[in-house]
Amino acid sequence: MPKDITLTIDGQTVTAPAGTLVVDAAKRIGINIPVFCYHPKLEPVGMCRMCLVEIGRPVIDRTTNNPVFEADGKPKIQFGPKLETACTTPISEGMVVVGLSDKVKAARKDVLEFLLTSHPLDCPICDKGGECPLQNQTLEYGSADSRFLLDEKMRLSKHVPLGDLIFLDRERCIQCARCVRFQTEIVDDPVIGFYNRGRKLEIITDSQPGFDSIFSGNTTDICPVGALTTADFRFGARPWEMNNAASLCTHCPVGCNTTINVRREAKTGGNVSIKRIMPRQNETVNEIWMCDKGRFAYHFADSPDRLKNPLIRKGSELFQTTWTEALSAASEKIKQAGSGLVTLASGRLTNEDIYNLRKLTETQGGTFIGYSRMAGGEIVNRFGMLPGSNLGDLGKDSVIVVVSSDLHEEAPIWWLRVREAVKRGAVLISISIRPTRLDKIAAKTLRVEPGREALAVDAILTGDMADIVKQAKHLLVFYGSDGLGRKATGQLAAACARLLETSGHARRINSGLIPVWERGNTQGLWDMGAHPADQIVERIASARVLLVAGADPANDDPMMERALEKTEFLIVQDLFATATARKADIVFPVLAFTEREGTYTSGERRVQRFYPAVPAPEGLKADYEIAAEMGAELGLALESSAASLVFQQLAAEIPQYSGLTYPLLAKTSDQWPIVGRPDVYFGGTSYANRQGLGIHLPLLPLEDFEIPSGDLDMSLHPDAHELAVYPVTRLLDRGITVTTSPLLASRLAQADLFIHPATARKMFLNADMQVMLPVDGAAYPVRIVLDETVPEGAALIPRSAGVPIHEPQVAQVAPPVGDHASRVRS
Amino acid sequence: MFRGLWTTFKSMFEKPVTVAYPEQKRPVRERFKGRHVLKRYDNGLEKCIGCALCAAACPSDAIFVEASENTDEQRYSPGERYASTYEINMLRCIYCGFCEDACPTEAIVLGDNYELSFTGRNQAIYDKNMLLEPVPSGGLPTPQVTEPGRFTRSVPEMKDPVD
Repeated sequence: MPKDITLTIDGQTVTAPAGTLVVDAAKRIGINIPVFCYHPKLEPVGMCRMCLVEIGRPVIDRTTNNPVFEADGKPKIQFGPKLETACTTPISEGMVVVGLSDKVKAARKDVLEFLLTSHPLDCPICDKGGECPLQNQTLEYGSADSRFLLDEKMRLSKHVPLGDLIFLDRERCIQCARCVRFQTEIVDDPVIGFYNRGRKLEIITDSQPGFDSIFSGNTTDICPVGALTTADFRFGARPWEMNNAASLCTHCPVGCNTTINVRREAKTGGNVSIKRIMPRQNETVNEIWMCDKGRFAYHFADSPDRLKNPLIRKGSELFQTTWTEALSAASEKIKQAGSGLVTLASGRLTNEDIYNLRKLTETQGGTFIGYSRMAGGEIVNRFGMLPGSNLGDLGKDSVIVVVSSDLHEEAPIWWLRVREAVKRGAVLISISIRPTRLDKIAAKTLRVEPGREALAVDAILTGDMADIVKQAKHLLVFYGSDGLGRKATGQLAAACARLLETSGHARRINSGLIPVWERGNTQGLWDMGAHPADQIVERIASARVLLVAGADPANDDPMMERALEKTEFLIVQDLFATATARKADIVFPVLAFTEREGTYTSGERRVQRFYPAVPAPEGLKADYEIAAEMGAELGLALESSAASLVFQQLAAEIPQYSGLTYPLLAKTSDQWPIVGRPDVYFGGTSYANRQGLGIHLPLLPLEDFEIPSGDLDMSLHPDAHELAVYPVTRLLDRGITVTTSPLLASRLAQADLFIHPATARKMFLNADMQVMLPVDGAAYPVRIVLDETVPEGAALIPRSAGVPIHEPQVAQVAPPVGDHASRVRS
Repeated sequence: MFRGLWTTFKSMFEKPVTVAYPEQKRPVRERFKGRHVLKRYDNGLEKCIGCALCAAACPSDAIFVEASENTDEQRYSPGERYASTYEINMLRCIYCGFCEDACPTEAIVLGDNYELSFTGRNQAIYDKNMLLEPVPSGGLPTPQVTEPGRFTRSVPEMKDPVD
């Protein structure tokens, strides 16, 4: 721990660790030293000069090395001849900082006058107006007049698209470089930069496509003026007109905390609609960042294609019906089916939904299956992170192992936080079949043959990194499904758990196993007791009643699609008329996460709560309500009135959740750095987190648990004329939650087959060639893309991008002419 | 009693103070605050830029504004932003004139029309078309097609108010 240092700021004494900057020390005791370029998450640069203060230091007698005292016994303080920048000066013992003197006030006034020489009078139309640090600080510290001539103001272009998502207004930029520094320091995407100098300085993007970064939205948050705005929110509403609700991002297992801004609008017929999504500070989850998928891919909730009425099949068509009719028909069938009921629930549902669905299924004697392409949840529940762990605490003495996951694509905020940990001194070991962005920061990169990842994990403790891993204080292991199927991820999780156990890191703070699940609440699925099952196709086909909630198996796998035809009776709960819903006998329309309450459990096993942002549309029900109402018809007493009551029952039954309540999940504590207070000190994330930080779940006891063992080698052995096709995950896939946001259209993953040029030569394939890829008896058109990073003999294909492939398989690609009955072997 | 009748009799020869409204109308005072008008520039572009400061200033929450983006092919107002929805609920309005004060472009002005009567609540909501003044002679109706780079400023340069 660094030494504590005591100093005086504006007459108040403050103690802070050595190395703290004067601005931060002042902020800790509630004194605002105005800043523009400084941001607590970025390295200080001292460019804007707004934070100038008078700094005095005690005089030390050089001969005796003792402080010199005044006649009255106080230490003699020597002030510098000029003002100093509080954002670049670290505190020192006995320092005296004066931020209220006339000299300082005059300096602030002058700096603002300079900053405003070319700043346009745009506040009435500027999206930042109302939450703008420049506006606030001009009111607070600036002067009403300017000595500069209005005619000499720079006239610059006001509408520069930096990419599809971000617009730049060159006039408004005050050249603080927060955006440039964020892109370089925090996310390592230096795609924007300064061009020219002085008054001609401008921000340009040098990437193709423009501003090619998945974190670009954050620059609009930290921009202290309205120079950067998002295409999504541009002129959407004034900040003071919007209401806000605390929510969560549901796209990936990180569970970023968000704030949803809503407003009643004439455009949408007087409905309350979502205007923007911003990150909400949670220093243990997403700090103050979020990725562009979370920020922009929310339009599925207000899509006009959402289901609005329950549907019932009469003959070959689905007709609208009433809730009473649909519920009684469904429960009648469930009653008849008895133990023939099979329920598929996905990680898109909340804990409450999954709990009620499980209760409904279990009391009928049915089978409850978690719909997930990954395994290993029972291992994570025993080898995960302990409560109190924080990725932000990892640094020196920590080792992070990432196996089979391109964190940058699958869980961007985890990638960002792993990178921060590496910057603080953590050692990263990256194990994957192909190069990922982790390699750049990894101390050790292990390139493995596809299917042999688990073997590589087992070999860590005998390899050259063994000593470093064993001696590390913390060992954190991420495992994912890059190129792996369900069974292989289970083996991988077991291998990772063995690594933790053998190295002695299991069940220690800041150590453990983090799964990179494919959905936001897959962890909750495991916790509620829904496990993925073997022979899912056979189970679907033989189900007397199949209840599918939040999943679309018909779209995911042609085998399951055919199996669904054999299912006697299919009940679907979904937002949209998915391929599965179109095959259903009864379809229940459900509420989106923006319209209801609930909890999600993140991959780190943190239970977090979200709140309704917009009023629930009439005629829709939450998943847990539907399950409870079907249960009521069957004589079950399931809670349907409120999510919090379901959670109460759930907490009473599931050991890890025992003692948790909604009020506990809503608890917050002070966080550092302070952002999002009404004083709008740093801009962005305009709302402080007052709605909850979530609670980290305890681990399940180890007793009687044996880490499963099995064949770790899962590699495929294609013939000479065949390809081993491995599915990989892309951030922006073609799932319905993403495609409904038109802004992201140009960045969506395509149905491309990535192969090594040497493989292509061997198979007589060329770049951009259209071929048919056979998957489970059906064939899909894909485009060949040559990529030298792909292992030879293998082919990579993005998941959920048009080809329903989830398990690695051997396939023989064929030109699209002729019949598609290519030989398939899997 | 006679004194009272005398007063009555005397007043028969006085000039009446009332007017025969609605046939006859009195001119309003210079600073009368009547129904709002949304002004246009001489070229026909709307002065309103949809900043919603009037709505923020309104003490009775009578104004609702929704903004959209201008393009040179479809330009309603100078600059990037215009009001795509502008509604005032005249039943709520207390004619205080704060909206006028808040307006950065002098777009909203309380006019001299005081003849507001409605038979339903919905009629009391005046939308943008009802509030906008007619296109001045020589101007063009909005949206206009304008040459790129000409109308880039939302807020015009204005002198300090003299009146």
